[in-house]
Amino acid sequence: MYAFDIERPETIAEAVAALGGEAQALGGGQTLIPTLKARLASPDKLVSLSSISEMQGIRLEGRDLWIGGATVHADVANDGTYAALSDLAAHIGDPAVRNRGTIGGSIANNDPAACYPAAALGSGATIVTNTREIAADDFFQGMFDTALNEEEIITAVKFPIPEVANYQKFVQPASRFALVGVFVAKYADGVRVAVTGASNEGVHRWSAAEDALSSNFSAGALDGLSVPSGNMIADLHGSPDYRAHLVKVMTGRAVAQAS
Amino acid sequence: MPKDSGIGAATLRREDVRFLTGKGQYSDDINLFGQVAAVFARSTVANGKINSIDTTTAAAMPGVLAIFTGEDFAEVGGNPAGWLINSRDGTPMHEPKRPVLAHGKVRHVGDAYAAVIAETAEQAQNAVEAIEADIEELPAVVNMKDALSGSNFVHDEIGTNQCFDWGWIEDNRAATDAAIKGAHHVTTLELVNNRLVPNAMEPRCSMAQYNSATDEYVLHTTSQNPHLTRLLISAFVLGIPENKLTVIAPDVGGGFGSKIYHYGEEALVLAAAKKLGRPVKWTANRTEAFLTDAHGRDHVTKIELALDAEGNFLAFRTETMANVGAYLSNFSTATPTFLHGTLMAGNYTVPNVYVNVKAVFTNTAPVDAYRGAGRPEATYSLERVIDKAARELGMDPIALRRKNFVKPDQYPFASAAGLEYDSGNYDALMDKMEEVADLAGFAARRKESEAKGLLRGFGVNAYIEACGIAPSNLVGVLGSRVGLYDAATVRVNATGNLSVMVGAHSHGQGHETAFPQVVAEMLGIDASVIDIVHGDTSKIPFGMGTYGSRSLAVCGSAVVRATEKIINKAKKIAAHMLEASDADIELKEGVFSVAGTDRSVSFGEVALKAYIPHDFPLEDIEPGLEETAFYDPANFTYPSGAYCCEVELDPETGKVRVDRFAAVDDFGNVINPMIVTGQVHGGLGQGIGQALLENTTYDENGQLLSASYMDYTMPRADDLPFYAVDHSQGNPCTHNPLGVKGCGEAGAIGSPPTIVNAVIDAMQSGGKNVTHIDMPVTPHRVWSAMQNV
Ligand SMILES: Cc1cc2nc3c(=O)[nH]c(=O)nc-3n(C[C@H](O)[C@H](O)[C@H](O)COP(=O)(O)OP(=O)(O)OC[C@H]3O[C@@H](n4cnc5c(N)ncnc54)[C@H](O)[C@@H]3O)c2cc1C
Repeated sequence: MYAFDIERPETIAEAVAALGGEAQALGGGQTLIPTLKARLASPDKLVSLSSISEMQGIRLEGRDLWIGGATVHADVANDGTYAALSDLAAHIGDPAVRNRGTIGGSIANNDPAACYPAAALGSGATIVTNTREIAADDFFQGMFDTALNEEEIITAVKFPIPEVANYQKFVQPASRFALVGVFVAKYADGVRVAVTGASNEGVHRWSAAEDALSSNFSAGALDGLSVPSGNMIADLHGSPDYRAHLVKVMTGRAVAQAS
Repeated sequence: MPKDSGIGAATLRREDVRFLTGKGQYSDDINLFGQVAAVFARSTVANGKINSIDTTTAAAMPGVLAIFTGEDFAEVGGNPAGWLINSRDGTPMHEPKRPVLAHGKVRHVGDAYAAVIAETAEQAQNAVEAIEADIEELPAVVNMKDALSGSNFVHDEIGTNQCFDWGWIEDNRAATDAAIKGAHHVTTLELVNNRLVPNAMEPRCSMAQYNSATDEYVLHTTSQNPHLTRLLISAFVLGIPENKLTVIAPDVGGGFGSKIYHYGEEALVLAAAKKLGRPVKWTANRTEAFLTDAHGRDHVTKIELALDAEGNFLAFRTETMANVGAYLSNFSTATPTFLHGTLMAGNYTVPNVYVNVKAVFTNTAPVDAYRGAGRPEATYSLERVIDKAARELGMDPIALRRKNFVKPDQYPFASAAGLEYDSGNYDALMDKMEEVADLAGFAARRKESEAKGLLRGFGVNAYIEACGIAPSNLVGVLGSRVGLYDAATVRVNATGNLSVMVGAHSHGQGHETAFPQVVAEMLGIDASVIDIVHGDTSKIPFGMGTYGSRSLAVCGSAVVRATEKIINKAKKIAAHMLEASDADIELKEGVFSVAGTDRSVSFGEVALKAYIPHDFPLEDIEPGLEETAFYDPANFTYPSGAYCCEVELDPETGKVRVDRFAAVDDFGNVINPMIVTGQVHGGLGQGIGQALLENTTYDENGQLLSASYMDYTMPRADDLPFYAVDHSQGNPCTHNPLGVKGCGEAGAIGSPPTIVNAVIDAMQSGGKNVTHIDMPVTPHRVWSAMQNV
């Protein structure tokens, strides 16, 4: 780790003012701190978002579940209003990670194997920042890439609550991130299927499955479909073919277990 | 003897109080006045020519006190291999010197070529980053086959990547070939025994102090054998006289073999402490542990089993390539040879065994003994090929093994691989295993799994291992450059409590609890008044340390011998006190009495008398009550076992879950059954880790892809089943005084083939004719194997 300063603003406005230059936002630090320890990043200042009360909490806003950007995974896991989302949060990392890691940090980081991006994209969530609201479909732009500008912070995420939903995560055995994770959510106007872990393009929707499931919400509706493996990730833990196969298996399981 | 204290009592581990309450004292916990930090500059390429190392900028950075490079150690000795292996043609193995810091060339990713000493570790790290090293990357030698056929050498001066080409037993070769040629059936299997990173919880740490007034050094270090480390540093590397160097290995957070060896970092901090006159500490980070701790296993093997029409084994023939990495670590040449080849007859009466092992240098981290060391490799090859043969012949895998087992009336049994097994009863182990595993219920459990869409497989394994390492006369003939005895001093203090100084080092094995139980049993006193002292060359007589499941069998035997001497002397003192003759004194439950009378003195009274000898007949009895014994075993010990497991396999994802595991072991006599069970649990966890999870992968450039826990899968609690562990079927070792055999490695030896056999069975039950799958049996590999048939 290189030396850095730290600030703990109490409002979003103060946080934004503190950012800029070589400063970097700090959520739960579950990704950033290991990066700093390995000397892979050298911000001169960290701006901690964890003391900002307007970025904390979970509440219903109409038919949306509003989750403050600095809310930790454990709080989402315990909430239960959106069962599939709480279940997803309950299986991120271990208790230490869940008690520190935040939804804003996870979504801003957009790790190609992370869980929250699948929930946000699969639910058609809205990412709220200090300057604007961004639809999930526009927000995730490939591995570790998002629509966020420099110095823009995620202050909240709004999830429309579906009729039924489920997240199936087939873990990468070592990290226990998603080797393939599929989030399926059924809304009155159709089904959304978001896939994480699998693709070189990061989190993405599987539109063929969405179409099939929108007309027939059953695992059997996937029978004729196959997932192209061309853009799938190849690494120590799985080949593109294996990942493509798992996308279909996990989607079927998510449909079968959606509640 | 009080049931809760002596031999056989399941006493709780006393050391756990300090471990579980954060009161352990590990090397890194020790901080000294004036201490400074060492950080190493390590190669990022697997093979490279060092053109120049410019330290000018680094040396001028804040806090920097000294910088060392390979140049500084060019004249000092190198870290040697402990065993000389001769090739089949009689030529000695190639032994390139391992320098303290790389000189001329770097040979694996992580190879240290410079070290910075600074006031703080952070300053040292900053300076390391400022070292300008011009290292020209060369093509790396990674794959063993390529290493043997190519002309790119890890050590140019040798002109080959083959360290040795060893045959065991060379005189059996022709007969083995003939038996295979003429056999009714031959089963052939090619397999990989996957490389493992030891991953001790505590990374390595070394801190050196130097006193210029006395020219004495103290080295605190993470070691399984401080005397061996001292010997290597003194005799081979730095030439510090043994009596000027104290090596202390305080609490050590796991070793599994990786902390047997002397590493260059230890020599570096000693040299730096002398140069600077200040204590110098280095603590590895996890990445350094991955890149530079000696790895385990890494064999590529072809094995053949020849059988007659009735299923009698006629011959085993094995060809193995064993990776030794870029440099020879201390036990690296013994592990694939004498700890592997000599076990290739297994538990069987097979008449012909021949093993060929080629040890291969590659641009990877050194490979050496890791929990089991050679014996897991032997067991895996044997028990996989036997399972495959059973399937090919349509025989029951248990029946085929039983048919070929050495029978109880055949001991001592001379195995075709050159060892003499002293005791055992493999059928009894198998009987017990069938009982505790509820084999009868398997069919019903398989049905239940199938109803859930899962495949259930059953796997079985029988193993034998050689431990209690080792008889010096035998290993001397086999090429060992050291003796493998151990030593103990039993000191009875005047107030009747005892300090027992032992050469074995405890780093998780529970010696502090088990060894006192032995002494307590012999003296008839409570174990709570007996303490073990270990891990400090200035306090203990001598010792070869802890590995090869040797501590109780070898060092424990030394404790017995020293305690016998104590009893003899105490009887003399008691006889003097009771005015009787020595021969009439009996010791029972801590009381010395004159046989047939009610005259007695307690152990405590004798102890006090020994130190207040006002009326001693000094020509007959010396004051004091302290005895030392060295014990050199007459043979290896031969634990054996029958293991089985059931796995559930998800055919859609390839994921395997271990549902049940039964381990029935013959460890001879058991001193503390609770500790033994714990050792088996730990070994099983590591074996299941090897079988299902742990994969050390270098890419073709010699970069370690699995260099962190993000990619290297350690077994976690939820990867492991509840185990049925049984050690009721002990046949005492016939040649050591405790009748013990050793239990530290068994679980890691017996479990990998058990798991893989079960996975094959599961796939077969799903109609997939997969005959072999390499470890680790990851979901991806299982799925792929099932796609490809
Ligand atoms: C052992 C372990 C296991 C894990 N397992 C999983 C898993 O199974 N699934 C999973 O999805 N994740 C997993 N994670 C990641 C975890 O969820 C992290 O918490 C998350 O990825 C990052 O969130 P954070 O709050 O810790 O962010 P930080 O680490 O603090 O920050 C990450 C990045 O986001 C930026 N950032 C932080 N907050 C904001 C914000 N509000 N607005 C804009 N930018 C911001 C930071 O500047 C930084 O660039 C695991 C992590 C660990 C250490």
